[in-house]
Amino acid sequence: MLTRRIIPCLDVRDGRVVKGVQFRNHEDVGGILELARRYRERGADELVFYDITASPEGRQVDRSWVNRVAEVLDLPFCVAGGIRSVADAEEVLNLGADKISINSPALADPDLINRLSRRFGAQCVVIGIDSLAADADWQVYQYTGDPDRTQAARRRTLDWVREVQDRGAGEIVLNCMNSDGVRQGYDIEQLARVRECCDVPLIASGGAGTEQHFLDVFEQANVDGALAASVFHKGLIDILALKRWLAERGVAMRLLEDPADG
Amino acid sequence: MAAGPVVLVDAGGANIASLKFALARLGRESLFTADEATIRSASHVIIPGVGAAADAMARLQANGLDRLIPELRQPILGICLGMQLLFEGSDEDHARCLGILPGQAHRFTPAPGRPVPQMGWNALVPRAQHPLLEGVADEAYVYFVHSYALPVSRHTVASANYGEEFAALVASENFHGAQFHPERSGPVGERILKNFLDL
Repeated sequence: MLTRRIIPCLDVRDGRVVKGVQFRNHEDVGGILELARRYRERGADELVFYDITASPEGRQVDRSWVNRVAEVLDLPFCVAGGIRSVADAEEVLNLGADKISINSPALADPDLINRLSRRFGAQCVVIGIDSLAADADWQVYQYTGDPDRTQAARRRTLDWVREVQDRGAGEIVLNCMNSDGVRQGYDIEQLARVRECCDVPLIASGGAGTEQHFLDVFEQANVDGALAASVFHKGLIDILALKRWLAERGVAMRLLEDPADG
Repeated sequence: MAAGPVVLVDAGGANIASLKFALARLGRESLFTADEATIRSASHVIIPGVGAAADAMARLQANGLDRLIPELRQPILGICLGMQLLFEGSDEDHARCLGILPGQAHRFTPAPGRPVPQMGWNALVPRAQHPLLEGVADEAYVYFVHSYALPVSRHTVASANYGEEFAALVASENFHGAQFHPERSGPVGERILKNFLDL
């Protein structure tokens, strides 16, 4: 049976991992390789690295760290941020990433999804969607890495979810902006609604604060994976303990032996 | 250990670095090439695969590798799409593949609770004794990313279940295939790669 995935997300800025609250006020939480190794040992199923400064500033990024991650990590990992073209994607994949995730550039140029999917296969192409509740519906936002540039993309979230699949997306990460960073639980209602029109893997992002939140999102929104950052970075939740707790409650999990158990 | 390098066959896919690093962690350097003589000289040949079956076959044909690969006698491992290329064909773009193993890859059918592609960790169910499974526990989890799959056949060494049983690990003489990514499957995948290099 395919297991559900627990996915730590590492926001990268200038070669360090940082975490902000609702995209603001970033604080340094550690080195990239140090955190990648730690999460691997604690049983993370996959890692996402998100260069939070690349996309808004429109600059060329130093991606050599992707190669160093690939060298030490024997888990799949995805790189997000600053990928605007097939050439960008090829660079990141050749450095050793398994998947690339695009967000704002896909909104600016939706055909980019088709081109990436044709070139690398749908399984490489993850679409990140930043979504905010508005008027009893959900709207897509773009350039969310920079509060000064964040703006509505003038697309309904559910419409965009359908479109990116038609264009060849292999996975969707739905970041629910209302719940991001405040640790009050995933946005179950929105995720369940998106799940209904999502035939590719769906990853929940934004709001994890307790083990119960993970159980809720798997049971009630039927997502394939749950992504979280601060609860893992701050040590509030241990991944190994979380996965055991979820497995005891009937969620399919890949369990590792705890090195600490000897 | 046989002489010669480990060769990764260039079938057009990106994402070779993770495999090279996984082999390096096992102490083996590897070459990524489409050159016939280099491939012939290899101790072990790996056909990686990310991308579409028809594109990969066109790439192999352009370099004459569609004729070379079936003739090779050293241990060969196709990974993911690279495994599917060993079979007769794929429903993906109606691609004709190498035809070394009998069978046709078909697309998974999406269903509620079963998105396509299958992406994530699934359990290997051993179906035959094989050196590739040496030291691998029953129901060990490995990482899959694919939309197309081969049915279980007499060449299936281990299967997995995704709404249906499908071939996860196959072997026939010196030809082997892994539908999952051993280079991304933690210690279990590392063991399977090591077992392959020990063949």
